[in-house]
Amino acid sequence: MFKRSQRLEAPANVTDKITQLNDAKLTENGLSPTGETGRVLLLACGALAREILALIEINSWSHMDLTCLPAIYHNHPERIAPAIAEAVAKHRGSYEQIFVVYADCGTGGALAKTCKDLGVEMIPGPHCYSFFEGNDRFAKIAEEEFTAFYLTDFLVRQFDAFVIKPMGLDRHPELKDMYFGNYEKLVYQAQTEDPTLTAKAQDCAERLGLAFERRFTGYGDLETALKPLKARN
Amino acid sequence: MSEEEDIILSELDDEELVQQMFDDLYDGLKEEIEEAVNILLERGWAPYNILTDALVGGMTIVGADFRDGILFVPEVLLAANAMKGGMAILKPLLAETGAPRMGSMVIGTVKGDIHDIGKNLVSMMMEGAGFEVVDIGINNPVENYLEALEEHKPDILGMSALLTTTMPYMKVVIDTMVESGVREDYIVLVGGAPLNEEFGKAIGADGYCRDAAVAVEMAKDYVARKHNQMNA
Repeated sequence: MFKRSQRLEAPANVTDKITQLNDAKLTENGLSPTGETGRVLLLACGALAREILALIEINSWSHMDLTCLPAIYHNHPERIAPAIAEAVAKHRGSYEQIFVVYADCGTGGALAKTCKDLGVEMIPGPHCYSFFEGNDRFAKIAEEEFTAFYLTDFLVRQFDAFVIKPMGLDRHPELKDMYFGNYEKLVYQAQTEDPTLTAKAQDCAERLGLAFERRFTGYGDLETALKPLKARN
Repeated sequence: MSEEEDIILSELDDEELVQQMFDDLYDGLKEEIEEAVNILLERGWAPYNILTDALVGGMTIVGADFRDGILFVPEVLLAANAMKGGMAILKPLLAETGAPRMGSMVIGTVKGDIHDIGKNLVSMMMEGAGFEVVDIGINNPVENYLEALEEHKPDILGMSALLTTTMPYMKVVIDTMVESGVREDYIVLVGGAPLNEEFGKAIGADGYCRDAAVAVEMAKDYVARKHNQMNA
């Protein structure tokens, strides 16, 4: 009974956690687990924190806890697999199961190998753009859409931190064509209905000199991948 | 006024000017590089020597500092852009003055991939090292590679990919070369951020180049071996 009442309270805690999230901290520092309620630890990219917590709240997945690596590893994929290995070693003793909420994410198979060696599962697919769109659908459209530059809700909010500053476009706007000259459009994959974010995404497209397209994806295969993770009694 | 603004390039002696060109390349100052190249030409320097001693020498420092994490992509691009300015002046003169030719290369980004920053850097550094480079651009299906090989008969085929989803296409190209019986006619070098040596071996490439400087060294090495074999 005690466990059950704990589960029913969890969504309210999740709501608090979502409210307290800070995108800049998710980018640079990631997110610590609560260490209290979960028996399944989701070890995720910081860029997915809001979406995962939203799914936990919507589905009352109170058996799940979340910790995130710094989202900026998106720009440094070589750091992902070693950081995952370190985090799994750190948290393994505290949880019954750890699920890695990353796709390949530019690691060139290194993350899949690390996960296999550690005996933990991860999300299938090449990257979050793919699993938000749905891996099967993305694979089909990617053949025709390779001149698209993708942004998710998180990347729209953190556009300067992930695109403008690391590429030096704040200091050297003349480099824009060297980076984006071969792209044709910016596709904003919207996880939520948020007119403010859509306007910001459109502004991002204008700054890069690209056509703009908004595509609502919702949570796509992210939800499908997390759903089977059951609490083990 | 800063100290840098006081420097008048034409008043520097040759050694000082080359050192200043290293600094200006490092800082991505295209106009200064172009001015310095013209000064050295006026002083009677051979175009090939300006290219190798000043431009390639400067970019080698940039490349080393990029590898060591001191410089980042934006700075490398600015430096490359400055070098490009100098090379545009030198390129027509190199052929006229009989500059040594190291070999030739066809290079392109694979099908489904539009990323060309790394490829362009490699092309430029290969040209700087005396290779004739035919750049077939981005998003190349296997047919493009085979046609370019047939047409230009280079020593080297270079393939580039930035995406983990597109890099497997390099194997498609190599397998097709094998099926067509032309694989052994060319040195195949591959590169791109998500690649590694293991991948290069697995797809049957001759070499994986982790950056432009490695590409140049590997190209020189393989071409020298190829020529030695032909002369043996």
